Amino acid sequence: MTAPLLEVENLRTRFHTPDGVVRAVDGISFTVREGEIVGLVGESGAGKSVAGASLLRLVEDPGRIVGGEVTFKGETLVGFPDGRAEAGDGSGDDADDRWRDDVLSAEAIRRRIRGREIAIIFQDPMESLNPVFTVGGQLREFIELNRGLTQGRARELAVDMLREVGIPEAEDRYDDYPHEFSGGMRQRVLIAMALACEPSLVIADEPTTALDVTVEGQILELVADLQAKYDTSFLWITHDMGVVAEICDRVNVMYLGEIVEQADVDDLFYDTSHPYTEALLDSIPRPDRPVDELDPIAGIMPEAIEPPDGCRFHTRCPDARAVCTEINPDCRPLDDAGRPHRAACLKHESVFGAGYRESDPIENEAAGGFDVGRTEEGTDD
Amino acid sequence: MTERPATASGDGGDAGDAGYPTSPDQGETLLALDGLTKHFRNDGGFLSGLTLGRDVDGLVGIDREWVRAVDDVSFEIASGETLGLVGESGCGKSTLARTILQLVQPTAGDVYYKGRNFAEMGREELRRQRRDMQMIFQDPQSSLNPRMKVGRIVEEPMEAHGMLDAEGREARARELLERVGLDPQHYNRYPHAFSGGQRQRINLARALSVNPDFVVCDEPVSALDVSIQAQVLNTMADLQAEFGLTYLFITHDLSVIRHISDRVAVMYLGEVVELAETEELFEHPRHPYTEALLNAIPVPDPRAPGVRGRLEGDVPSPIDPPSGCRFRTRCPELIVPGDYDLTPAEWANVRAFARSVDRHEFEAESELAVRREFFGNAEPDGEAGRIVDEAIARLLTGEWDGAAALLNESFADRSICARGRPDYEVEPERDVDRHFAACHLHRDGTPPD
Amino acid sequence: MTVATRRSETDDVVESTPEEPGRSGRTEGRPEGREIEARVGWRYTLREVGRDPTAMAGLLVVGVMTAMAVFATVDAVVFASLARFEVFARVGVRQYWIAETLWVSPIAEPSPRLLPPVGMENQFGRGTWAHPLGTDDRGRDILARIVYGSRIAIQVGIVSTLLGLVGGVLVGAVAGYYGDLVDDALMRAVETLYAIPFLVLVLAVMAAFGRNLTFAILGVGIASIPTFARLIRSRVLSVREADYVEAARAAGVRDRNIIRRHVVPNSFAPVLVQATLQVGYSIIVVAGLSFLGFGAQPPTPSWGQMLSVSKDYMIQNVWFSIWPGLAILVTVVGFNVFGDGLRDALDPRLQNE
Repeated sequence: MTAPLLEVENLRTRFHTPDGVVRAVDGISFTVREGEIVGLVGESGAGKSVAGASLLRLVEDPGRIVGGEVTFKGETLVGFPDGRAEAGDGSGDDADDRWRDDVLSAEAIRRRIRGREIAIIFQDPMESLNPVFTVGGQLREFIELNRGLTQGRARELAVDMLREVGIPEAEDRYDDYPHEFSGGMRQRVLIAMALACEPSLVIADEPTTALDVTVEGQILELVADLQAKYDTSFLWITHDMGVVAEICDRVNVMYLGEIVEQADVDDLFYDTSHPYTEALLDSIPRPDRPVDELDPIAGIMPEAIEPPDGCRFHTRCPDARAVCTEINPDCRPLDDAGRPHRAACLKHESVFGAGYRESDPIENEAAGGFDVGRTEEGTDD
Repeated sequence: MTERPATASGDGGDAGDAGYPTSPDQGETLLALDGLTKHFRNDGGFLSGLTLGRDVDGLVGIDREWVRAVDDVSFEIASGETLGLVGESGCGKSTLARTILQLVQPTAGDVYYKGRNFAEMGREELRRQRRDMQMIFQDPQSSLNPRMKVGRIVEEPMEAHGMLDAEGREARARELLERVGLDPQHYNRYPHAFSGGQRQRINLARALSVNPDFVVCDEPVSALDVSIQAQVLNTMADLQAEFGLTYLFITHDLSVIRHISDRVAVMYLGEVVELAETEELFEHPRHPYTEALLNAIPVPDPRAPGVRGRLEGDVPSPIDPPSGCRFRTRCPELIVPGDYDLTPAEWANVRAFARSVDRHEFEAESELAVRREFFGNAEPDGEAGRIVDEAIARLLTGEWDGAAALLNESFADRSICARGRPDYEVEPERDVDRHFAACHLHRDGTPPD
Repeated sequence: MTVATRRSETDDVVESTPEEPGRSGRTEGRPEGREIEARVGWRYTLREVGRDPTAMAGLLVVGVMTAMAVFATVDAVVFASLARFEVFARVGVRQYWIAETLWVSPIAEPSPRLLPPVGMENQFGRGTWAHPLGTDDRGRDILARIVYGSRIAIQVGIVSTLLGLVGGVLVGAVAGYYGDLVDDALMRAVETLYAIPFLVLVLAVMAAFGRNLTFAILGVGIASIPTFARLIRSRVLSVREADYVEAARAAGVRDRNIIRRHVVPNSFAPVLVQATLQVGYSIIVVAGLSFLGFGAQPPTPSWGQMLSVSKDYMIQNVWFSIWPGLAILVTVVGFNVFGDGLRDALDPRLQNE
């Protein structure tokens, strides 16, 4: 474990929609150190992809980063002048005058950071590759642009990279089009593209979700090999706890735009400290042992437009008490022993001291039996 | 997609006598497949299959490629059980489901439902038969007509089968919505007002509206978030108990399969390669593909042994599947051909070498370098050694394809795995009836009856 | 096997829950209990069109033209019938009652020939308020003739489009749904029709049946069948693969009900757009036919025929050509602009369904 490569501090991203303001990412903080794979887990709607995009200021309209700070290798990618953090001044993330003076300009990020220092791999490789150009051509062009090599040299490197990520007959496949590759092979091409410039950090946004398990296994193995070889750091965005357990060193669990638990992977699974993480782990069927009854999380994730008051998970939480409806806990370290384990739950009375123990338990849908999943109807017909 | 063949008789009155071995005392068999096969034509329209030229009789020939999506699948489903059908994308599991329900016309083979052969039913009779067997689809978005209200959607099957009057149907639809965990007030809403999990519940209500015995579930929870998955799976289990349903549950997710199934069939490239009771299969897999699949699932436990068995390569094309055992091109346990006398280490080296040559994964600089890279610890001698020498010689002259072909012909193609289709019943490890595994490793076992 | 579409259907999911499109159409995170605006049906479409000022302008033109045509038809039909009764005849009710009351008969009335429109200066001197757009070579009021001409234009546009639409939808839906041989047979027939140039086909129909307006409409209708058939077939080909169609088949719903309830309603949006555009096109074609003398026969007022007559007076009295030309232009542009707006309103669903 070495110095932090990426530091994210209280990052907030909002979407201004006709229906209201969606707080997709609401004050998350985490770090990625050199050579480690950090997981960002959550269900869809948790805001994990938006968080990934925000790091590189790739949030698309009507989304806007509204607060927080992101530093990467000592350079500031996101930062706000004092007092202007919340300013909804209407200018997009590309407008450089939104940012503090020491923040890199949009041009600098485009030229120096994206692709060269921080690469992104997306879930759907077909959408990241242009169907009318050959795979090799796209890879070569990418290398040429980002590393300033000659065409011939870039081509050689492209073939080497294809071979390295396990594309058979790389030389011949260089001239094939994306649709001539299988899903797994396309994902390998994207990994080749991501690693071609030897970036320090790769943001992988559900890169194996669309793949079959055996192919997923191949890709995860490949990533582990390449990571060992290049010492690249990964921010691995996924919803799959199995993948997390397999490759991540540290994990951040997101719920409704907030990080609710942050721990080393082993602690997360064996010393689970947030009821949401616990419920999530209980709700998945296990491939490695028979499970008689699944224990689902009741209800569904509320809207990020009007998140519940207090702790955002209290509407579905089996441990919720009255105090949880009033106080929204931040993510605090659970002990002083230096273990980097943080959780945002009031039931850790010694840490939060919010009077959880004296508070009355509240009734919520989590008590439901057969009808679990039945949703409350606020404004029905 | 296709019309019924002319051979389908109008009524199929006594289809039970069609010759399929369903003994009446084993009354619990609900559905039986006998050699069910579905091949698709891989072309566009009407002239695209025509070829001109030398290779055909006469001037113009018809040359069509067939996608062998499902090939000779036989199994039975007992009343009240859940049979899990698992396989990777493209293995033909969805096609199998549709062929069973006669949504696509089988190319060959028969489906017996309660002892009656679908192939002998007329169009209208088959339509009426559908009341008894329903289907739930993967995509909760597209399986509901966006222009119909939920009530109409749930009532449509009842209407099609002339069940109840309009009032009765509405009452039943509302009751069903409640039963699957929705609010009966949702009767008048359109599907887009619902989340994925709720839509899947609407699908359930629709399927159950006509009181079926048999429900085919095609990846019903794959599109849902994990926590929602658990809710829907639990509801499905409850409904099964309540209505005495029989499920054919199709998914690529082994965790879900293990949770919900009584027995599991594993499919690979259009064929069922292993079929056994769930725990028997998960604890004692007997087919190398099942084993590889089980090893590949990420286990949500960081302390689990982290080695994921790596399965090489991609699934071959179903247009021209490998001969014999279809898994042999990727199988880590390919059986050594009887013609050679090779130690396991030598055989492993030969296969690794053949594979790398085939994929052109390295550059052949010198004979010595190649030998050191592939045969460092064990080098075959005799006939096998001669073939390897010849292959290396071809590599050095740049004949990669020639070398690959030579190695293939001499080794892989001579294995028993390439020559015969495996079909074996193995001795179960647990206290269960049968365990079927289509792998030549078990060729000392008994062939199935 | 089933290729699930990512983020299928709804756009507002993307807007209101900006979140990763998870595995194939993962859809949780959809707000519960909140009424989501229905994204199907007329009300939704009209509201979408209402947000687009250009489309609204188109709708206005379409509305005004249609109202004009309805009014003129009522006038021509109802008052003509009334005029047959003696009692009305005596008080002077006649065909073109309204026009005659306000201005002058669109059919025949002596008046200073080729009176220029109000406010226009030329060698004929100024027009009069009685004839705001002036009169034609026979002294008939141009405004009145344009108003009554709209009857033919709109009638021709709508009726011929409906003919093409009904025929095309039938052929295309059946071909697309059943596929294989049915498809081959029907679509080859349609393509044969498509291979004949539009005007030639219309003229052929008229040559075969007769040289009047009815057959002009019939001809245009038949000639537009291929467009509709191909359009709806291509939609049906994708809709019939939709899970809800398969679900209906699996549930045992009869084919004709599947086509009627599931396939056609979900394939109809692009046809609706095409129909709106086609109305404009038909108007042009029939105006062209009338210009050539194949359409409405004098003295029935029609824009094409007015243009045809006016071409002889082009040098002397250019407004005589301008007004009917402008009428055609405004109407056709109106329909096109409205059709484009309709397409925009329906488009999110076209892409995503």
